[in-house]
Amino acid sequence: MIDLSKLSKDVEEASLAASTVDELAKVQNQFLGKKSELVAAKKALGSIPESERAAAGKEINEARVSIELILDQRRVGIEEAEWETHFSNDVTDLTEVLNPITRGHLHLITQARDQLEDVFVGMGFTVAEGPEVETAWYNFEALNIPDWHPARGNFDTIFVDLGEEEEIMLRSHTSPVQIRTMEEQRPPIYIVAPGRTFRTDSADATHLPAFNQIEGLVIDKGITMGDLAGTIDSFVQAFFGEEVKSRLRPSYFPFTEPSAEFDISRPDGSWLELGGCGMVHPNVLENCGIDPEEWQGFAFGFGIDRLVSMRYQLDDIRELVLNDARFLRQF
Amino acid sequence: MKVLLSWLREFAPDIEGDPIELGEKLSGLGLAVESMSIIGEELDGVVVGKILNLRQHPNAERIQLVDVDLGDGEETQICCGAFNMSIGDLIPVATIGTTLPGGIEIAQRELRGELSNGMCCSASEIGMGEDDEGIMIIPDPDMVLEIGTPLQKALGIESDVLWDLEVNANRPDAMSVAGVARDLAAALQISFAFPKIDIKEDKEATKSKVSVHIEDKLLCGRFLTRVVKGISVGPSPQWLQNRLVHLGMRPINNVVDISNYVMLELGQPNHTYDMAKVTGSTLGVRRAHNGELITTLDGAERELTDIDGVITDADDHPIGIAGIMGGESTEISETTKDIIVEVAWWDPPSISRSVKRLNLMSEASMRFRRGADFGDNMERAINRVAELLEECGGISTAGIEESKGDLPDRSPITVRPEKINALLGTDLSADTMESHLSSIGFETTQKKKNLNVIVPTWRWDTQSETDVAEEVARIHGYENIARTVPRGVQAGKLSQYQKDRRLVRNVLVGAGLDETMPMPFLAPGDLKLAGLSEEAISLSNPLVHEESLLRTSLLPGQMKLIAYNQSHRIEALKFFEIGHVFLSPKKGDLLPDEREYLSVALVGEEAPAAVKVLNLLGNALALPNLQLKEQAIEGLHPRRSSSVIVAGKEHGQIGEIDPRTLQKFGIAGRVAWIELDLGGLLSGPHGKRKYTKVSKYPTSDIDLAFDVPESVRSAEIEGCLRKAGGRFLKDLQLFDSFKPQSLGEKRRNLAYRLRFQSSETTLNDNEIKDLRQRCIDEVEKKTQAKIRE
Repeated sequence: MIDLSKLSKDVEEASLAASTVDELAKVQNQFLGKKSELVAAKKALGSIPESERAAAGKEINEARVSIELILDQRRVGIEEAEWETHFSNDVTDLTEVLNPITRGHLHLITQARDQLEDVFVGMGFTVAEGPEVETAWYNFEALNIPDWHPARGNFDTIFVDLGEEEEIMLRSHTSPVQIRTMEEQRPPIYIVAPGRTFRTDSADATHLPAFNQIEGLVIDKGITMGDLAGTIDSFVQAFFGEEVKSRLRPSYFPFTEPSAEFDISRPDGSWLELGGCGMVHPNVLENCGIDPEEWQGFAFGFGIDRLVSMRYQLDDIRELVLNDARFLRQF
Repeated sequence: MKVLLSWLREFAPDIEGDPIELGEKLSGLGLAVESMSIIGEELDGVVVGKILNLRQHPNAERIQLVDVDLGDGEETQICCGAFNMSIGDLIPVATIGTTLPGGIEIAQRELRGELSNGMCCSASEIGMGEDDEGIMIIPDPDMVLEIGTPLQKALGIESDVLWDLEVNANRPDAMSVAGVARDLAAALQISFAFPKIDIKEDKEATKSKVSVHIEDKLLCGRFLTRVVKGISVGPSPQWLQNRLVHLGMRPINNVVDISNYVMLELGQPNHTYDMAKVTGSTLGVRRAHNGELITTLDGAERELTDIDGVITDADDHPIGIAGIMGGESTEISETTKDIIVEVAWWDPPSISRSVKRLNLMSEASMRFRRGADFGDNMERAINRVAELLEECGGISTAGIEESKGDLPDRSPITVRPEKINALLGTDLSADTMESHLSSIGFETTQKKKNLNVIVPTWRWDTQSETDVAEEVARIHGYENIARTVPRGVQAGKLSQYQKDRRLVRNVLVGAGLDETMPMPFLAPGDLKLAGLSEEAISLSNPLVHEESLLRTSLLPGQMKLIAYNQSHRIEALKFFEIGHVFLSPKKGDLLPDEREYLSVALVGEEAPAAVKVLNLLGNALALPNLQLKEQAIEGLHPRRSSSVIVAGKEHGQIGEIDPRTLQKFGIAGRVAWIELDLGGLLSGPHGKRKYTKVSKYPTSDIDLAFDVPESVRSAEIEGCLRKAGGRFLKDLQLFDSFKPQSLGEKRRNLAYRLRFQSSETTLNDNEIKDLRQRCIDEVEKKTQAKIRE
C-alpha cells in the first residue's frame, strides 16, 4: 500500500530542493519515472487480489495526480524565479537616451498653406497655381487695371528685365491665376490659388518683398454676394474655429464690384482685417471670354504670412525667410 | 483723409452719437477708420501764462528759470530747457496735476536745487502740430487774451473728434469733409446741405477778368478763375490754422492756408496765382512740349514731356503742371496783393500718367487722378476761397470766368433692379434702391421695370450697372445681405502633382529634413561663387543690390542659409526646399522658363547619404528605372557627382557640393546634395505599383564578397547579381564595404547578401549552389571584380 501523505511530503521536499528546471526533471523521474515506487506499485497491481485491485489502482492514480500537481506548481515557481533573475540582470535607464531620432519640419508657410488648401478642398474647391513672373496683361490689364489706374501705384510692382519692350513683372498678387484659370477652363469654376507674390516693400518686422497669398475664385450661374459672405463665413469657422465671426466692409479693388474687405472677430470683440474680396467685375469676365450676363462670381484673397504671423505671434516676419534652423524646428 | 466731427456737422448738423459707433458707421460705408482721437479735452489743465522773468538756473547751464503769471498775479517758477522766449511772451503752461496728450504727468519737481511748478509746452507737446523746437509762443496781436485762460478757450479749440479714414481709389468724393458728411448723413438718414456762401462782389472790378484758352480739351474739362484783389498776406486766423493742423497740414500764410482749407473741405483742389507775376491776363492749357522746363513750388526744376499738361501765361510759358503742382514763378509771397484763383477739372488718366512719369504726388494730384467733382462744386469751391479771402481783406471781382473742354459723359445708366438683386442676393424693391441712391446724390427715374440713373458729378468712377449695385449695397449695408453658400459646389481635390509634392515633403520630413523657404533673389556674384553659369534674369527695380537677380538654381540660396546656420553653431543641418527657378525664356516665349525645383542638402554627409534620400523618394514615388549617370556637374564635386535619370530621362543632379564652393561660402565639412526638376520629374512616369503575391516557400540567404577595383561601381555588380539571380532573387543588399590592405591600392571589399526564394517550390541545396555560381560567374565575366572565397 502507498503511504500517500508520506509520498506527497517526500515529493514536496525533493521539489523544493530543486532550484532549476533540470533538477526538477530529476525529481520527476525519481517519483514518476520507470524506477519509481509508483510505477513499481502499478506493476504489482496484478499480484493483488482482484477484489482490491480496483481500489489500489485508483489509489495509485490519485497519488500520480497529486505528485504531478506538486511538480507543476514547483515548475511555475522555478520558472518565475529564473525570469526574475534574468530581469534583474537586464535593467536599463529609460531616461538615458543616446542618438535621439529626430523628425524634420515643414515650413510654417507650407503648414498654413496645406491647412488652407484642405479647408477649401473640403468646401469643393480645387487648387490652381501659376507662374511667379507675369505679363502686364495677367497681373493688371485683364484684371481691369489699365496702365493709368491709380491702383497700379498701390501694387509697388517689381519689374523683370528681359530686354523686351513688354512689361514683365514679378506678380504682385495671386490674382493672375484667376485670369489664367478662366482663360483655360469654362465655368463653373471653384478654385483657390495659393502662391508667392512680390512687392517693392523693404524687409522689416512687418514687410517682406516676397510673401505668400491665397486667392479664391468662384464662377457659376446665380452666384451672389450673399454666397461670397457665406463662403467666407464657412471658411473662417473651419479654419479659425466655430466661435469666430466674419464681416464684410465696402472697399475697392478694380477687379471686383462690389468690393469688400473682410474682417474676423477677435476674442475681445474687436475686428481684425484679414483680406479683400468682391464680386468679379464684368470687365474681368469679358476679358476672359466669359459672358457676365450668364455667369457671376466672386473672388477673395489674403496673405498667408500675416496669418502665420498672427497665429504664432511672430514679432518679426523676417523669421519666415531667414531659415534659422532654431526657428524652423519649433513647429 | 482726416475729418473732424465739428467740421462734418457744418454739412450735417444732426450728426449725433457715440464717436465709436459713428466710426463703425463710417467703416461700414467703406471709409475704414484707421484711428480715432478725442481732441481738446486732453488740454484740460493747460493755461495761458505770461512770462514775467527769465533767469539762468544757478546749477544747470542748459536750463533757465521762468517766472510766469498764471492769472493769479503770483510768480510761479518753472524750470525750462528752451531759450526761444522773451519776457512778456504768452506761452502754454501745463499746471501741476495735468496729463499731457503724450501721457506726461505734470507734478512739482526739484531740478538741481530749484523747484519747477509746471511745464512750459512746445506745440507738439500739446498736440498742436509737429513743431517741437522751443516753446510755443501764443500770438495775441490785439492784446485780448486773458492770462490764466484755459488754452483751449484762448485758441478757440473746441472739444472735437478726429477720425483718420482710409479712402479707396474709387472715392474721390470722400477725399473731402463734405463728401464724408454726405455719406454719413445718408447712412444716418439725416439731412445734408452745403452752407450758403456769402461774397461781397465788387461790381466795379469786372475789368480784371482773366481769359483762358483750353487748347487740349481732353486734358481739361472745365477751367474756372476768379480774381480777388487787395489781399494782405499774413498768418491765417487761429481757428483755420487749428483745423489745418488737425488734418495734418502745416499753416503757411492766409492765402495758401485758405486754398488748402477749401480743398480739404470740398475736395476741390485749387490754385492761387500772384496776379502781378502772371504775364498778361490770359492763361492757356496745353500739353507740354518735350524738353520744356519748369521750376515747381517745391523748388525743383522739372523737364516735361507731352505726357504732362501745363498751364501757360500770355507768352505761352508754363506756369504750372496741370493737376499736379504750381510753378514757382507765380507763387504767392508776402508782397502779393491781387490773386487769380483757379479751380479746374483734369482728366484722371492724363493726370495719373503724368504723376507716374514725374513721380510727383501731391494732395491735388491725388484727388484729380481719382476724378474730382466737375459740377457745381467747382463754383462752390472758388466762391468759398473768395469768401474766406474776403475775411482777410480781399475784394472779389464780379463773377467767375469759365472755359470748357470735354467733360465725362453723363448719359443715364440703365440699371435693372432684378440684376442688382441677383448680384447681391437681395430682394430690394426699385423704390428702396432709388431711395438709397438719391441719399448720396444719384438722380434716378423709374422706367418700366428699370431705373435710369444719372451719376453725380463727384463720382467719376461710377460708370456701369455693377458700379451702381455697389452703391446700393453700401447704403443698404453689407451686413444686411443674407449669407448663403453656392449651390453648385463640385467635389474638391488636389491635382496629382499637388498630392505628389505633399508626399515628397512628408517623406523628406520623415527622413529628418527641415523645410526651408528663402526668397528667390540672388546677389550678382552668387552664381559665380557657387560655380554656376552666371546667366540669370535681373530685376529692373530691385530693392537692394543683394536681391537683384532671379535664381536659376536653388544651390546658392541653400549655401547662404547653411553658412548662416553654421555661423550660429547650429548642428545636424538637413534641409530641403521646393521652389521656383527662373531660366531664360524659351525661344518665342515672353515669360521666363519657370520651373519648380527640389533641393536636398545634408551638411556633414557624403554623397551616398544623398543617394539614400533619393532612393527613398524613388521608392515613395515609385520612380521606374531610377539611375545615376556619373559625370562632372557644375557646382558639384567633380568626382562625386551624377545626373539623375528616371525612365531614361535626366531630371537633376546628385552628389556633393564642390569643396571649393563650400570654402567660398564659408561652410565647414562636406555637403551631400540633390537638385531635381520636380515638375519635370513628376510629369514623367511614376506612381505605378503592381501586386506581387507573397511566396509561402522557404527562403535561402547567401553572402558573396568581391574584391573590387576602384573603377567598378557597386551598381554594376548589383546589376550582374540581379541578372544572374533572375526571378528567384527576392532581395539584394550591400552590407559591407571596406579596404583591407591585403587587396592592395585602390581595391575594396564589397559584400552582398542575396535572398533566394521561389514562388512555386522549395529551392534545394543544389539549385541554390547553382544560382550562387551563376551570380559569381556573371560578375566576374562582366566586371573586373573577383569573388573572395
